[in-house]
Amino acid sequence: MNAPSDTIAQYNFAYLDEQTKRMIRRAILKAIAIPGYQVPFASREMPMPYGWGTGGVQVTASIIGPDDVLKVIDQGADDTTNAVSIRAFFQKVAHVAVTTHTADATIVQTRHRIPEEPLKEGQVLVYQVPIPEPLRFLEPRETETRKMHALEEYGLMHVKLYEDIAQHGHIATTFAYPVKVEGRYVMDPSPTPKFDNPKMHMSRALQLFGAGREKRIYAVPPHTRVESLDFEDHPFEVQRFDEPCALCGGMDVYLDEVILDDQGGRMFVCSDTDHCEERRDAGHRGHLAGEDGPPSSISEGGTQ
Amino acid sequence: MAFDSIAIEGGFKNPVFDAQSMFRAVMQALAEPGTVHRGIALTRPPAPLTPEAAGVALTLCDQDTPVWLDPALRAEEAVGTWLAFHTGAPLANTPADAHFIFVADAENLIGLENFAQGTQEYPDRSATLVLQVKSLTGGAELVLEGPGIESRARLSPHPMPRHFARQWAQNRARFPRGIDIVLVSREGLAALPRTTRIVNQEGEPCM
Amino acid sequence: MYVAVKGGEAAIRNAHRLLADRRRGDRSVPALTLEQIAGQLSLAVDRVMAEGSLYDTGLAALAVKQARGDMIEAIFLLRAYRTTLPRFGYTRPVDTAAMRVERRVSATYKDLPGGQLLGPTFDYTHRLLDPELAEDQDPAVPEARAADDEAMPRVSDILAHEGLIEEDGSLPEDREPGDITREPPEFPMQRDLRLQALSRGDEGFLLALGYSTQRGFGRNHPFAGEIRIGAVEVEIDVPELDFPVTLGRIRVTECQMVNQFKGSMKVPPQFTRGYGLVFGQSERKAMAMALCDRALRAAELGEDITAPAQDEEFVISHCDNVQATGFVEHLKLPHYVDFQAELGLVRQMRREYEERRRAGDEATTSREAAE
Repeated sequence: MNAPSDTIAQYNFAYLDEQTKRMIRRAILKAIAIPGYQVPFASREMPMPYGWGTGGVQVTASIIGPDDVLKVIDQGADDTTNAVSIRAFFQKVAHVAVTTHTADATIVQTRHRIPEEPLKEGQVLVYQVPIPEPLRFLEPRETETRKMHALEEYGLMHVKLYEDIAQHGHIATTFAYPVKVEGRYVMDPSPTPKFDNPKMHMSRALQLFGAGREKRIYAVPPHTRVESLDFEDHPFEVQRFDEPCALCGGMDVYLDEVILDDQGGRMFVCSDTDHCEERRDAGHRGHLAGEDGPPSSISEGGTQ
Repeated sequence: MAFDSIAIEGGFKNPVFDAQSMFRAVMQALAEPGTVHRGIALTRPPAPLTPEAAGVALTLCDQDTPVWLDPALRAEEAVGTWLAFHTGAPLANTPADAHFIFVADAENLIGLENFAQGTQEYPDRSATLVLQVKSLTGGAELVLEGPGIESRARLSPHPMPRHFARQWAQNRARFPRGIDIVLVSREGLAALPRTTRIVNQEGEPCM
Repeated sequence: MYVAVKGGEAAIRNAHRLLADRRRGDRSVPALTLEQIAGQLSLAVDRVMAEGSLYDTGLAALAVKQARGDMIEAIFLLRAYRTTLPRFGYTRPVDTAAMRVERRVSATYKDLPGGQLLGPTFDYTHRLLDPELAEDQDPAVPEARAADDEAMPRVSDILAHEGLIEEDGSLPEDREPGDITREPPEFPMQRDLRLQALSRGDEGFLLALGYSTQRGFGRNHPFAGEIRIGAVEVEIDVPELDFPVTLGRIRVTECQMVNQFKGSMKVPPQFTRGYGLVFGQSERKAMAMALCDRALRAAELGEDITAPAQDEEFVISHCDNVQATGFVEHLKLPHYVDFQAELGLVRQMRREYEERRRAGDEATTSREAAE
């Protein structure tokens, strides 16, 4: 019998072997050269489940170096369990510095949100993508959707959006809202709320998208047009919240609805926890913010 | 098969970290066409392969990527031996089979249409050209626009392939098919992805 | 004052300590050894090796233990380890005709060279729970006879002599066998890659699909030409040597389905093949795989594609249980940002609906008033 303890312990820097990194790096370069096109890559099994960020993790592992500063968010927050888990993974396998401050990060790996603070030149935003194919729910077959992209045949998507308008008076897609990149490829922005779509347009940061289970990588270079699909008589609109963040008073940010009791009591707070804390540190206060220090712990799941 | 010492020396000092920093330079160069990236990890390959071009090869090439060497590089047997030893990349039978093209004599390069362009369904199955140039400045100025460029970027590499501006316009017209170029010189590296447009006429070299 | 939820790291740490405790169970009971798992739960270990695509009983036993007996979790553990291993080369195809056979049955011939050999099978056991197994009692020593040297040709080879069965599948001249763990899938897919995907595919999924073909969803008239289980040699070519080097032996299960085929525009009437090969002992998986392989050859043989089991993209894209479990289970990750977006939309649509209804009511009321 093998001695697993001897054989399992050794992993390369950032977990992936160099051959795998090269393969992913080549895919990333092609993705950057063909913005919005989904490059097939030989995604590996990772030590976390498919659907839990393996694509993003493979992209980050292939680009990260010892000088990088990594931020990982899920739902906009640094302390959601899967973000904690992925951050800990890179601390362990790549010994990199980590941060919760968007501005201090060189690489931000995200699931479902784009930070509120505009990203800067040189930063890289890595998205975890579950279903990279924007046409997948209209046409489940890869053989068909690949042809549609090749022929730039996106009529089906417009028909779908228009059916929404006919039925509801407006487009009934609120997240993973399809975009067109540099006037050519229709692309899935990953399941970010459409609130975040405008942030992708002409961003100063490089945006990389990794879909591990579906084995696709795609990219949007900095300063690239990313336009949400719409119609002249029904222009694209983002969600608006009626109230500011209850903690920092921020307007024009994406908010989480927090249920306070079973009597319908609720409050709205920033989904981007770093943004919220920075604003509070700068003295901004919402109507439910306490006077003392940062929020402390109330939940310790897993204990008994 | 016996390798002489030249073949086995001159690789990255620290393969993992050197490849990572080199890759980031190439990635940023492609993401921001026209910008020059310096401070890259160097190698000591046999001439006329340059340390910068060899660095790109060690970073991106392996058994899965056939490479094609231009006649100037092919003329020195040590170049092919060195690349084979350090990357394991096979030599492509024809230019069209290669994933990476290494070019030491840019002026006499065969037409860009001879390299893999990818297909409409799989435009990623295309070649990346690694072009060794004497300098990224001092040549005819290329004014660049496109994804990755805020307004305009400028680059004056030389020497470049003949009728480059016209060839590049044709490459651009094939989008999403087409090749991508990484320019390497002692000053660092820069890139022209297939999305980049050359918007001046000055790029056309004098006849 | 509202206090944000924090403490993810501590929660994760504590959850994992709890998991380790539950895994161990009652500490007054001796812990399972890997030898016990590999020796006494060997079919579980075989399945983990087969779907984990890594032949190592020790590591597979460890995975079963670490996963608390959750097979898919154990398969996942083995896959995640496998993916980090360097690739030294590719072995030659194993020669199952030269197998050291432990079990061999054919449903198509009463007797045949090499004979029928039942081997260690559940077949014909009466499924009555055995109280003796609850005790630590040694079973009787099995009967043994000296191995004879009689060759055991494959049934498919016997049929091939008569020319009644199609040629064994061969790749086009210029095609090297692919590797689904090193290349992204591309549809339509070649049979070599499909077989790899099926071989590591989920036993339950393939079983259900194979079953569906028997019930008429893509019926392909199968006969179990032969099932054999035993040890085969694994050999690799080394460039400097002009003979292959033997790396060792592995146990595999092979199933050759023989399918009646009336012929089509493309192919004359003959028997066709469906093929199954898996690590370890798993007839169910090998047979299901063979049924699915044959069903997926519909296009190649000019048959209509009418059923799920014949649909290559459907079968291959969904047969991997590590992928499937990850994506199904990812639904338990927080999705509250997207849910918030949908909440906003449903509220808005509900408002619009109520407004339309009120407007309708008012219109009706005023019409009634007018009448």
